[in-house]
Parts: sequence; C-alpha cells; structure tokens
Amino acid sequence: MNFSPGDRVIVKDDWPETRGPVHIRTPHYLRGHAGRVLRYLGDHPNPEDLAFARPAAQRSLYHVSFPMNELWPEGREDDEVVVEIYEHWLEQP
Amino acid sequence: MDNDAKRAHHDLGGVSKFMCEAVDVEPHALTSFDREVDALRGVLGAKAIMTVDELRRGIEAIPEAEYHRLSYYRRWIRSITDNLLRKGIITEAELRAALEET
Repeated sequence: MNFSPGDRVIVKDDWPETRGPVHIRTPHYLRGHAGRVLRYLGDHPNPEDLAFARPAAQRSLYHVSFPMNELWPEGREDDEVVVEIYEHWLEQP
Repeated sequence: MDNDAKRAHHDLGGVSKFMCEAVDVEPHALTSFDREVDALRGVLGAKAIMTVDELRRGIEAIPEAEYHRLSYYRRWIRSITDNLLRKGIITEAELRAALEET
C-alpha cells in the first residue's frame, strides 16, 4: 500500500493500448488527470496479467476521486467521479 | 494524436459521440441463449479453465464494427470461443462440427 487517503495523485499519461494487445482497467478519460485518494480497497492479482492467463502479482487498489468539471465541461462545481485504480497507474504529483 | 484517437474502441466512458443517445436503463428479459452463455461462463470459471479477466480481454479484442453490432451475451460467446480455441480445449474442427449439428 503506497498511498493513503487524502494523497494527491496523477494518473499516468500512458497508452499501452496503442502498443499492442492489452487488458487495462484505467479509463482513457483519466490519463494524465490529477485526483485524490479516497480509500484503499485491498491488494488483488493484477488483472492486466490475469487477462492473459499469466502469473499475476498482487497490486493495491484505490478509490480515487476526480473533479468532474476537469474531465468534462458539463460537470457542476461539486460533482466528482470516483474510479477504482491500481497503484501502478498512479504517480505522485 | 488526441486522447480519443488513442483509446481502445471498447473504452467508451465519456466519449462525446455516445452522449447524444439516451441510456437505456430498463431491465431486459434474458433469452435462453443468454442463460446458457452465462451458465457456460460459470462452469469455465468454476473449473479454473477461464477467468472473467480473460473473458473481458476476449470481448475487447472483437473488432469495433462487430463489437457494436453484437448483443451483450453474443460478445461473451465470441470471447469464450476464442479463449477455448486458444487454450486447445476445443478445436476448430470440433466447433465446426458442433455448429453443423445445430
């Protein structure tokens, strides 16, 4: 567990789907966006490997909150988007 | 390249071209085909032949035009078939023979 509730994080601006067959759980609309860790959701086998029946290391999963109006222009001031994101997709700002 | 051009075609969240269509939130009756596919997926999971992650990977590999044309469970059976062929659980000849029987 690398992050704690309240930590500011940035979702990696990485696009593995442009480089070959992958299975990833990080939606495209979050790449490069800043958010805040809400809670730790436990460690789980990395689905990016499970999807190809490869041995999968345990990865920490977090609920991360993003201001909706930073993702889409029609968001209201107090709207937020909460997404489950694995630790290896998160960076410190 | 903008982000919309880089996303995988199944990664639809917040994509503007889908925002013009109202989301259908009514419950749908399951067909017997839907139930059979769901049961098959359950058996393959219980027997540790295929994970839901592999199911999802296979769904995401369906070419874009076909992906949008297929129903929810038809995407599943495409992925299940692809996974079982890859793993050698069934052969193409067996699949073809079974399809001719039906």
